Amino acid sequence: MSVQAYRLEDGGRIDRTAPLTFRFDGRAYAGYRGDTLASALLANGVRTLARSFKYHRPRGVLTAGSEEPVALVQVGGDPATTVPNVRATELELYDGLEAFPQNCWPSLGRDVGVVNDALARFLPAGFYYKTFMGPPLNWMRFEGAIRAAAGMGRSPTAPDPDRYEHVNRHCEVLVIGGGAAGLVAAREAARTGARVILAEETGALGGGLLAGAPDAVTIDGRPAWAWLAEIEAELRAMPEVTLLTRTTGTGWYDRNWVTLAEAVLDHLPPAARDPRLPRQRLWRVRAKAVVLATGAIERPLLFHANDRPGVMLAGAVRAYLHRWGVAPGRRAVVATNNTDAWRTAFDLAAAGVEIAAIVDSRARPDERLLARAQALGLPVRAGSAVVAAKGRSEVRGAVIARADGGGREDVACDLLVVSGGWAPNLALYAQSKGAIAWDDDLQAFRPQPNGAAARFAGRAAGAFDLAASLRAAAVAGAEAAGIAPEHVPEVADDGVAYALAPAPKPQGGRVFVDLQNDVTTKDIRLAAAEGYRSIEHAKRYTTLGMGTDQGKTSGLNGVATLADTLDKTIPEVGVTTFRPPYKPVSFGAVAGRQVGELFHPRRTTAMHEAHVEAGAVFELVGDWLRPRVYPQAGESFDDALQRECRAARSSCAVLDASTLGKIDVKGPDAREFLNRVYTNAWMKLAPGRCRYGLMCNEDGMVFDDGVTACLADDHFHMTTTTGGAAGVLAWLEEYLQTEWPELKVYLTSVTEQWAVASICGPESPKLAAELFDDIDADPQAFPFMSHTSGHIADVPVRVFRISFTGEVSYEINVPARYGLWLWRLIEARGAKYGLTPYGTEGMHLLRAEKGFIIAGQDTDGTVTPLDLGMRWAVKNSADFIGRRSLFRSDTARPDRRQLVGLATADPATVLTEGAQVIAEPAERSGRTPMIGHVTSSYFSPNLGRSIALALIAGGHGKTGATVHVARRGAAPVPAEITATDFLAGFGERP
Amino acid sequence: MLLVPCPNCGERDQSEFHYGGEAHRTRPTAPETLSDDEWADYVFMRTNTKGVFAERWCHTAGCRKWFNALRDTGSDAFLAVYRMGEEPPRLGGEEKEEAPADEAFA
Repeated sequence: MSVQAYRLEDGGRIDRTAPLTFRFDGRAYAGYRGDTLASALLANGVRTLARSFKYHRPRGVLTAGSEEPVALVQVGGDPATTVPNVRATELELYDGLEAFPQNCWPSLGRDVGVVNDALARFLPAGFYYKTFMGPPLNWMRFEGAIRAAAGMGRSPTAPDPDRYEHVNRHCEVLVIGGGAAGLVAAREAARTGARVILAEETGALGGGLLAGAPDAVTIDGRPAWAWLAEIEAELRAMPEVTLLTRTTGTGWYDRNWVTLAEAVLDHLPPAARDPRLPRQRLWRVRAKAVVLATGAIERPLLFHANDRPGVMLAGAVRAYLHRWGVAPGRRAVVATNNTDAWRTAFDLAAAGVEIAAIVDSRARPDERLLARAQALGLPVRAGSAVVAAKGRSEVRGAVIARADGGGREDVACDLLVVSGGWAPNLALYAQSKGAIAWDDDLQAFRPQPNGAAARFAGRAAGAFDLAASLRAAAVAGAEAAGIAPEHVPEVADDGVAYALAPAPKPQGGRVFVDLQNDVTTKDIRLAAAEGYRSIEHAKRYTTLGMGTDQGKTSGLNGVATLADTLDKTIPEVGVTTFRPPYKPVSFGAVAGRQVGELFHPRRTTAMHEAHVEAGAVFELVGDWLRPRVYPQAGESFDDALQRECRAARSSCAVLDASTLGKIDVKGPDAREFLNRVYTNAWMKLAPGRCRYGLMCNEDGMVFDDGVTACLADDHFHMTTTTGGAAGVLAWLEEYLQTEWPELKVYLTSVTEQWAVASICGPESPKLAAELFDDIDADPQAFPFMSHTSGHIADVPVRVFRISFTGEVSYEINVPARYGLWLWRLIEARGAKYGLTPYGTEGMHLLRAEKGFIIAGQDTDGTVTPLDLGMRWAVKNSADFIGRRSLFRSDTARPDRRQLVGLATADPATVLTEGAQVIAEPAERSGRTPMIGHVTSSYFSPNLGRSIALALIAGGHGKTGATVHVARRGAAPVPAEITATDFLAGFGERP
Repeated sequence: MLLVPCPNCGERDQSEFHYGGEAHRTRPTAPETLSDDEWADYVFMRTNTKGVFAERWCHTAGCRKWFNALRDTGSDAFLAVYRMGEEPPRLGGEEKEEAPADEAFA
């Protein structure tokens, strides 16, 4: 195991009493609790962590946070729990952690894909676009090689065993960002007793203060880190304040609806993860006010080979020094255009790192900085810029050139610290359509608050000096809670005000703008030359900012490069649209608990237990689990189906019909209401009688059907299809409330109040007679399409003599809690009559034998009652919903698709549902006109032949004609058009 | 996710509501007297306004009541809600100047 040669003697917020071991790229390393993978690898002198996406160039660590573009690793080798594209800069180290480099083969050090780098001129901007638009075979030819060579991490291949949760919260003030500004804002808001949620992305509160010495500044007279501990304790003691760490604001949607992604357990070794806790949580917060304290992101500098491992942002280097006790090099060049990076130079020097040069593009840096550098003996190159990094695989030096064209200078170094200035991190704000404006002094976009939707604290507000930053924070926090600020912290720092000059322009070579997607300045210039002059177009053409980092560090440099190419200003070019999520969120967190059985709740009937015991095969109808068939031991699905259907017509069978939608319709205008919503007439239906009805939309197309029973003159029991129940109720309510508020009608869903067992078959009257206490079951005395109330073993029942099979039937409704009891009673009493439970498949087959439609199977939203041959169910006497549409020229066409029966010439051939019907016996070589399609098809055990229903153009006038049903890879099947009722003259019919 | 101001329940998440499209389209009382074009206009045609739009919502997962709303389709701001059968309220001058009221009720 290597020694941590780059670890400082002391300092850092790491626990040196808690050494950890971890593996990277097959080797074991040591680190400490409190490290990230990046800080621990840097401490061990490992600087190359990855190979780049396109050119396979070695890449190191650029940043110290979630904006990291290139230090991406694969965590864990388990195919179920491995996570790709994890930012090593965010990954908290734990004992036993194993991480792998990505996009390299056979190894990080010896990667054959690097040949792409030599071939770079053949992989220009728009490579994919040009390949797609080129000769058609090019993409086919290149795809395999491209997919193998380009890419990032590997997705897990096994189901995720971890648990994820959603949390919904309301609060008055949501503060995003737990740096000093966020803490101050939260404290001000919390003074009012408001509910405050503060979300901090990392594992520790403090933000930028943790990237400085513990006493680099004093706040309210206390050294920075001591002040942090105190304000954290103060907030934790407030009952209405929720402090969330490892929680990132990922999306800001309409009306301050904000999503926060919390990594609950990811920082712990798998064995130490509390099984009671979810791995990650997605918080969905509705806030009255949002304070953005999201800090700022540092901008890299553009020069040749600026992607070499060893090139690091100045703020990040300071964070590694102070937060993790790591000096990421021995000899550094610091290149900047601003005051802030000088602090990194001074801190590096204090940590014992040799400063080869401080290179500032400004001719006259601040006098105090120059004096300090002189006092420390640090060489300064003012009015100069780094134009190239040297080193074949990692940084070995820098080329410094004077802005006035003076001489060039090669300086040896193993660390090249860069800073192009800071830009407020406004991604979330921009997502919520917040306005931003270019600030020439800041050389960055700053927020233009529009109204009260967003408030800004700290550097996110564009305030880069700590005193101003915390003043903005106190104001933002207080105003978010509707008060004036009370406690504005007093700050003492080095007194150097933040100032910068425009970033120096690159001087040629391989200059990387987007390090994750390998986009160079040359690519952007090529895109502009080829006409992609809008930043949105150039982005897509070059893939600038389209990686998992969404261009956090590259966006501004990309805009600047395009602006320079087009000879425009940065604000003229503008920025691309920001979209959620701010950083990658796992699918697990997005799905939450809604996976597996909880993906979609299942409804089961009161009789479900009996179906499970009987070994039923279930299917999903709407949200309901319904028995499809009940196969017996050794019986196939088809055998079971045929047996059940024979029983229904030869002895006695029972169906669980509880799932049918049931709506109680009550009120003095109930009858008039039914007359308006059904296509047929309802004014004369007497109490005790039932009637079948069709429902259409205003376009005249059938969308549901069912039987409604008249309980009393002002009281009806409506049934709907199982899947259509909710939609029908909503549709009825809509008409009642919006079109006919004068009708006095109440609608109540009673689907779940009644359990329904439907018995049918020639023996069913005997079984019914045996069951009923006080109802005469004789089909003559209790005729078809009537209903009555009575008792079974003193339990109240409502029985409907209605039939979906064509057989004598009794639909027995009982209060749902008696459902299972009723089912078992029917099975026990029915055994001697050969009672057979049948499922939905049998029901479908039996009704098809009778030619009864299933709305949604034989109809598809383009079928009118007339198309169904159901003129008998359309009244002439009054208007109903959809009536006028039946007389539109299109709905009156004689060649509309009309429902007919089909009998295949070979009675054994069962057609495929959905199969296309053609007029000719063979398909033409070109396009064969389709005249319809098969909607239902079965082998009928009771007729001993195949039967089918089909919608065929002008079908009602073609009875007896032969049509042909196309098949894939076989000759069309001839079939004769018949009536839909295959059992005509057999049993009851409505 | 929008917050929809239900006149009965107050502001609630959009996910509790069902959107009902353009408001103030009354079902003809004698459809049989309409020409095919007139009937097709009622059944199929809707305006697609940018600006203040009168539309219907139903608080499906709440009070189950339908209501009307004036919403600026450009900003998604709800400017007013009112009950079914009521006329749209007159808006203050500022909103009116920004986006003229929909022709359906102007």
